[in-house]
Amino acid sequence: MTVLPGAALPSGTPDPVTPRGLPHRGGDANPSVEALRARFGGAIGRHEVMWGETTVWVEPARIREIVLWLRDDPTQQYDYLVDVTAVEHRDAGRPLEMVWHVRSLPYRRFLRLKAALPDGADLEVPSIEPVYKSANWLEREVWDMFGIRFAGHSDLRRILLWESYAEGYPLRKDFPLRGRFSRSEQLSQALAANPEARYSMEELTVADAFHELPADMRARLLAEHDEVGA
Amino acid sequence: MGSERMLINIGPQHPATHGVLRLVLELDGETVIRCVPHIGYLHCGFEKIGEYRQYNQIIPWTDREDYLNSMGNNIAYALGAERLFGIEITPRCTVLRVIAMELSRIISHLVWLGTTAVDLGAFTPFLWTFQERETVYNLFESWVGARLTTSASRIGGMAADLPPGWVDGLKGFLRSLPKTLDETDRMLTRNGIWVGRTVGLGVMTAPEAINYGLSGPMLRASGVAYDVRKDFPYLDYDTYDWDIVVGSRGDVYDRYLVRLEEMRQSVRIIEQALERLPDGPLNIDDPRVILPAKSKATSEMESMIHHFKLVMEGPRPPVGECYVPTESPKGEKGYYLVSDGTSKPVRWRIRPPAFVNLSAISKMAEGHLLSDVIAINASIDIVMGEIDR
Repeated sequence: MTVLPGAALPSGTPDPVTPRGLPHRGGDANPSVEALRARFGGAIGRHEVMWGETTVWVEPARIREIVLWLRDDPTQQYDYLVDVTAVEHRDAGRPLEMVWHVRSLPYRRFLRLKAALPDGADLEVPSIEPVYKSANWLEREVWDMFGIRFAGHSDLRRILLWESYAEGYPLRKDFPLRGRFSRSEQLSQALAANPEARYSMEELTVADAFHELPADMRARLLAEHDEVGA
Repeated sequence: MGSERMLINIGPQHPATHGVLRLVLELDGETVIRCVPHIGYLHCGFEKIGEYRQYNQIIPWTDREDYLNSMGNNIAYALGAERLFGIEITPRCTVLRVIAMELSRIISHLVWLGTTAVDLGAFTPFLWTFQERETVYNLFESWVGARLTTSASRIGGMAADLPPGWVDGLKGFLRSLPKTLDETDRMLTRNGIWVGRTVGLGVMTAPEAINYGLSGPMLRASGVAYDVRKDFPYLDYDTYDWDIVVGSRGDVYDRYLVRLEEMRQSVRIIEQALERLPDGPLNIDDPRVILPAKSKATSEMESMIHHFKLVMEGPRPPVGECYVPTESPKGEKGYYLVSDGTSKPVRWRIRPPAFVNLSAISKMAEGHLLSDVIAINASIDIVMGEIDR
């Protein structure tokens, strides 16, 4: 089976060419924006076109149903999740932004969805892992680096850093470049750690170091154990 | 007889895990019941460091993500930054970048081919492919002065133009590479052991591959003809005559066939690039981003000021953001850059193809034998620098 990108375009559509002379702002918006407005109304905020790319602001709580519709509607077919990430601006007054890059292979379209997460509120958005499997690790990375929770994620735990990492979320702007702890503190923590305690939940049968795990992890494991036992 | 399940670790630092990957496998006999990959060991923090660096100072970090494709990363990042600045590069620079990116694809695939052959028990292709790779490294060294970490691109151009005789050296490589590929093809493609250890393993159907976000040869082996160079072209790829290579089964064997043929397609592209290589300036003439000539910087006040401001303060793009995807040897590699108008990015996000590809390993490995995990892991073509960051 061969799946051809651009297959949903009318026959005779010319092959794509390298974009040149893109304007900084303005230009034709992605037609999916109007379709989204017609379908989701108030959940869709403003949009802007910059360097030829369309960004549309959405209500964070409804992201899952929005991408599900974008993926499954025959006029959209955004079947490919490119990336999930977040942006924190240097201006402390600006909210944290969630960013989703989605692409329609059949229509050769690219769309950026953004949602503002106001400061002080719970940093949580619905996980889109049920829609795109590729969101699994990408959302875990955002959780690891920014501390944004993804409700409904099947396995939300740190991915690049270890489970008991206690310094916070490295890509947040209040996280210093060299980390929160001094080099000597990091070294003494590393030397004092039991290597077996670095095993994660999946491997506890071999790690046998339950009592040395952080309290929140122990609680989660116990809850999971009860669930399985029930 | 009742069996007891066993947990074993493969890696980190196991020769067959291609970096510091640790795979925790739960086995029933020799069958893999569960495969839990663990990444995170290097903690280089590229993206965090990017917030503290000027736009041109980020280029050396791009070398170190996927160090088998450093030239490709340099150029991909420069393309992103150039879009943020609203800059169009010169025709000569465009063609030279195409040559550099395709050479990077070839050497990355060569390393993949050689090391995967070693993983599956064949040593000779490793020697052949690394010999060819060495030729490209010699070419890189004579061009930009470095072999592995090239740091070759600049915003608006390249660090250096080609030295005399470089094109002849490249033509020699283009003559010898297809012979090596044919030789490897003869040795492996119909080899009973090779076929037995790769066919039907780690199968991803086309809809699965798309849903898991696979890209590059991993996606194309599943029969999806998606290639960033054709579908969202950059540089002047839309003007070259070449074919997208697709597989049909989506297994380890097809990934091998796709990468082997992609190297031949890269040779086609480079040959066309050499035919059209134009004369003219390499770098654009834009004092906002390009350093003035040394002679001018020491003799003209204006040029000296430009030189000083570019080095001390760095170029400043307008407020904005962009995502520029490129087709790296491992798949879609894109840089998402967010600028607040200062000389350092607010956010420099790497879209890592190997990271997303590796996330599908559990799906691919479960149900297969322990020894098959090695073949499946090898077929993903991972570089941990890009995955861990």
